[in-house]
Amino acid sequence: MLPPFLHSTDEHIRSLELIANRIRQSIIEMLLEAGSGHTAGPLGMADIFTALYFSLLRHDAKRPTWDDRDRVVLSNGHICPVLYATLAHAGYFPVKELLTLRKFGSRLQGHPHREFLPILENSSGPLGSGLSQATGMALADKIDGITHRYVYCLMSDGELQEGNTWEGAMLAGKERLHNLVAIIDRNNIQIDGFTEDIMPLEPLRAKWEAWNWNVLEVDGHDMEDIITKVNQAKSSYGKPNMIIAHTIPGKGVPEFERKFEWHGKPPNKEEAALALESLRSFAGQIQHEGQ
Amino acid sequence: MMLNKNIFSKTPDVSPIRKGFGEGLALAGKEDTRVVGLCADLTESTHMSLFKEQFPKRFIEVGVAEQNLATVASGLAAMGKIPFITSYAMFSPGRNWEQIRTTIAYNDRPVKIAGSHAGISVGPDGGTHQAIEDIALMRVMPNMTVVSPCDAIEARKATLALAKTDKPAYIRLSREKTPIITLEDTPFEIGKGSVIYENDASKKGHKDVAIIATGPILFQALKAAYSLDQDRVGVVVVNIHTIKPIDQKLVVKVAQEYKSVVTVEEHQVSGGLGSAVCEVLAEHEPVPVELVGIRDLFGQSGTPDELIKHYGLDAESIIEAGRRAIHRKK
Repeated sequence: MLPPFLHSTDEHIRSLELIANRIRQSIIEMLLEAGSGHTAGPLGMADIFTALYFSLLRHDAKRPTWDDRDRVVLSNGHICPVLYATLAHAGYFPVKELLTLRKFGSRLQGHPHREFLPILENSSGPLGSGLSQATGMALADKIDGITHRYVYCLMSDGELQEGNTWEGAMLAGKERLHNLVAIIDRNNIQIDGFTEDIMPLEPLRAKWEAWNWNVLEVDGHDMEDIITKVNQAKSSYGKPNMIIAHTIPGKGVPEFERKFEWHGKPPNKEEAALALESLRSFAGQIQHEGQ
Repeated sequence: MMLNKNIFSKTPDVSPIRKGFGEGLALAGKEDTRVVGLCADLTESTHMSLFKEQFPKRFIEVGVAEQNLATVASGLAAMGKIPFITSYAMFSPGRNWEQIRTTIAYNDRPVKIAGSHAGISVGPDGGTHQAIEDIALMRVMPNMTVVSPCDAIEARKATLALAKTDKPAYIRLSREKTPIITLEDTPFEIGKGSVIYENDASKKGHKDVAIIATGPILFQALKAAYSLDQDRVGVVVVNIHTIKPIDQKLVVKVAQEYKSVVTVEEHQVSGGLGSAVCEVLAEHEPVPVELVGIRDLFGQSGTPDELIKHYGLDAESIIEAGRRAIHRKK
């Protein structure tokens, strides 16, 4: 089954926003149960994952190994709660399984491991190697002359400090891999602080353009913008595509937003209750549950 | 006999192991269109050029970027390709060890890592370019097969055999022209070692010491065994081209028969063939073992012969190790 064809109607956008909100709630619930894991990145990327799995991707939850599917490489494995939650809500496995995150015997390892969950395209965790893996996948299709599927790479801004990322960037640019769509979660934080304090990344756009990439920037919380820009990227010719997605770390929970302290820790019981309350009321915009 | 008759002459036939690899890869590319080749700016040095010439569309030059070499190959393998990646062993699997671990071994992707210029016999380039830790690096990694052919013929067979497996693998290659030890019809099977030589004293019932060697340094082991025959010391020489999974049955069998063992490798004694053999024997057939290899030192510039002598890997050193092993039996 192909994803619903794109209708950027208000209704479609609204339905995606509701799904993203539900995914955010699952992220909080699973992190609370696990007692460890990353909070800020997963919340910040919920809209993009929703747009991908509920609107943009060529995929089928009933046939996870369908050969014609688009490939999604998660490079920054530490934000896997958002990937797991999205896959569950998209029908790949039961939502209740999310509560096994990081537990012994779980398919949902602390960082993704495809030996445990073979529907994943790759295992990840150590930063900096995802873009190259996605480049290899896109290259394979180029060699075979396959043009109908795309390879997506989700990556963090912090991992741009890894040299391997730039090695991959050079090769993808040289090979003109227009079937590659990379998305950077530009949330400006990493474990030790703000990226621009730890290791400045700007001018980021110019760096990718210099390696011969087609670069787009997007508001990572604007569904319509995300869908439009990804489609623009897919229709580009002769260059790999980089979408710099400006996101708010901890998005959806005002108390968590933009604080690097939330990069690598889970909420405790009170914080989780606060977060869920905030998400259920759309950050206080509505006063009752039952969206 | 599986041994090249010419091997004990003054001028044995020689050929570079990496050339055998290049020929094997070109053959593998012909047999299977899924085979792709990637190189990090050393296409001539690693003899991947043979593959590149025949299959330019299936060859990818990644530049001087060994981490990318491994990770891109993982992505290609995820889409059904069988990638061979080549560089100097010091940089692949040296520099990119974690990338190989996570994206190739942990993902269980059938990428074949060919590390050339391994061992001290790279010679004049000096210690920075002499990989003598690579077997240890790869042997410790789950899912990884480790193969160290003894000559160009075996390297060609090993390359072809690895192209047919769906597991990650490391194949160790050396730079220099090395003696042709095996014959075209010597059987080759991944995971199976072989008794390559038994000297006359051994055939007459003097079962004194088993020498287990890997890679081209096997030649020095053969010379040692040949020479020990004159003193009526009975020696068997075993070629272990697959270090992981090691041929446990054969190792135990020769240890039972000969009651002492010498291991020989152009590698640190820690973590390499010697360690692998000791692990097997400690659990199944504890006999005295003497390990010939490099002992906690880096290499240096010199000719291959000078270096092999200096680091105690020559036939003389192996003979001494054999005598020590026999002595320890009492």
